[in-house]
Amino acid sequence: MKRGLLPGLGLAIVLLFAASLLIGPAQLSIADSLSGLMAGDDSPVALVMREIRLPRALLALLIGASLGLAGAAMQGYLRNPLAEPGLIGVSASAALGAVIAIQSGFAAAFVLGLPLAALAGALAAVLLVMALAGPGGTSLTLILAGIAVSALASALTSLVLNLSPNPFAASEIVFWMMGSLEDRSMIHVWIALPFMALGLLLLGTLGRGLDALTLGEDAAQAMGIQVSRLRLQLVFGTACVVGAGTAVAGAIGFVGLVVPHILRPFVGAHPSRLLWASALGGAVMVLTADIATRVILPDRDLKLGVLTALVGAPLFLHLILKLRKERL
Amino acid sequence: MNLCTDQLAMLLAAKGQLLSVSQISLDSHVSPMAKEAANYRINYGQAEDIFLMQPDLVLAGEYTPRSTVNMLRGLGIRVEIFSITTTLDGVTSQLAKMGALLHREAEAERMITDFEARRAALATDSETPPSAIFYYANGFTSGRGSMANEVLELAGFSNAAIAAGYDSGRKMPLEVLALTDPDLVITSTAYPGGSRAEDILQHPAVKALQRGRAATAVTDHDWVCGTPFVMRAAEKLATLRHSMNKVQP
Repeated sequence: MKRGLLPGLGLAIVLLFAASLLIGPAQLSIADSLSGLMAGDDSPVALVMREIRLPRALLALLIGASLGLAGAAMQGYLRNPLAEPGLIGVSASAALGAVIAIQSGFAAAFVLGLPLAALAGALAAVLLVMALAGPGGTSLTLILAGIAVSALASALTSLVLNLSPNPFAASEIVFWMMGSLEDRSMIHVWIALPFMALGLLLLGTLGRGLDALTLGEDAAQAMGIQVSRLRLQLVFGTACVVGAGTAVAGAIGFVGLVVPHILRPFVGAHPSRLLWASALGGAVMVLTADIATRVILPDRDLKLGVLTALVGAPLFLHLILKLRKERL
Repeated sequence: MNLCTDQLAMLLAAKGQLLSVSQISLDSHVSPMAKEAANYRINYGQAEDIFLMQPDLVLAGEYTPRSTVNMLRGLGIRVEIFSITTTLDGVTSQLAKMGALLHREAEAERMITDFEARRAALATDSETPPSAIFYYANGFTSGRGSMANEVLELAGFSNAAIAAGYDSGRKMPLEVLALTDPDLVITSTAYPGGSRAEDILQHPAVKALQRGRAATAVTDHDWVCGTPFVMRAAEKLATLRHSMNKVQP
């Protein structure tokens, strides 16, 4: 691994996190912002810093790290550079679960109802896509299965929102498809955090198994890796992080695709090293994208997923071309 | 065939004169006369169901689809279109217009006199106005040139959104709301079934602004249309202001 990569990413996160706290529609000076954040009073500035900007920055950090890690883990396990929770329909299915929970009243009745429902949606999608594509399946089958699951989940999400008695619901289809961190609160951080922590733990400890798996499943078995347990850990970990993230911020695509791809040359062909580097890289990407939404079009609530897709989709096409050349 | 014209017609029509009101008038979220509306036949705003009722006059709103209006006119039915009022003066002129159309000028005149009397009674009140802000789903607010603002000012409040530069009813970021720190935050009533748009009204920052304040207020069905019901909304707000001023000397 190139030295200085992890500290560099860490430093970038600290700087971006601070920038995220300091940029917003309310023009506050840096000194005011910091004192508002530290002082525990009820002043309007403290309210802005603690209840509006802090949760937004925290969620960007957590969701970015989750998506980066989930992408790296899935690519490592499937040995396929195109695997990514957003592309294979996991995010879309999590959004479907969240929307059903909100519209059925389950989310209002029970505090953890929203993330649990999203987690169930994500879990169903991971299992379905993995069953359809199989661990040894080609890139093509994986992507096709993902597109099918993704399209179905998106359509059902639209259907549920259109059937809602609430006149605002239908206009929120865009939020669930593209994701946004606008006007999130600490409540959202607290309901997402337990699932994300569990998911990060499950995925973050996959390293050794994924390294062994690069030699093939039989070799990994021989090295004492229980592949079925590894798979279970991956599935649940991904469902946890993507479910919790999507429940509070909508589906944000391409982070898990772009970040591992950029970082892979720096860490060499070791999935274990890529895991945590991708978590940090994902946080950098989502924090940057979220700041960009506020700087580019402050009044319009530009969606986070729009920016990540603008970066991610060309890369995705590039990867497809590269894979095709390799096969020739 | 429009929520607002339905109300004006129900208020002014003689018995048996009004045949049908639109479906939305049954919804008590937006219609202050939902109970009364249940006594009439319901139409769904489609040219064919209205034509089959064979009315002499159809009362439509500015935003009734032109195609429906043109089709009804093409079928030889008289259609009168009412524009959206954004002023209190508009309410009286709408009442007068409806009174003339329904040949109930005397009733309309009586209602206008009553409306103006109540308006004058509210206007004489002159204490220092507390600040207030409208905060609706998706973070929208009402500023100058809106009926809500006229009602607010008549009730003796100053609109803090205008002071903050959010003039013409646009989206106000949550951060700006928190910094404006008004005496009263007036939110909208929630529809059934959740939505992210209305979640913002439950945001801890909004709750914190309502906590420790003398009172909270919501805009309900009285606020939707330019009908005499807006005066009831203004009177309720004025009463609230009196109680607020008592608590905070």
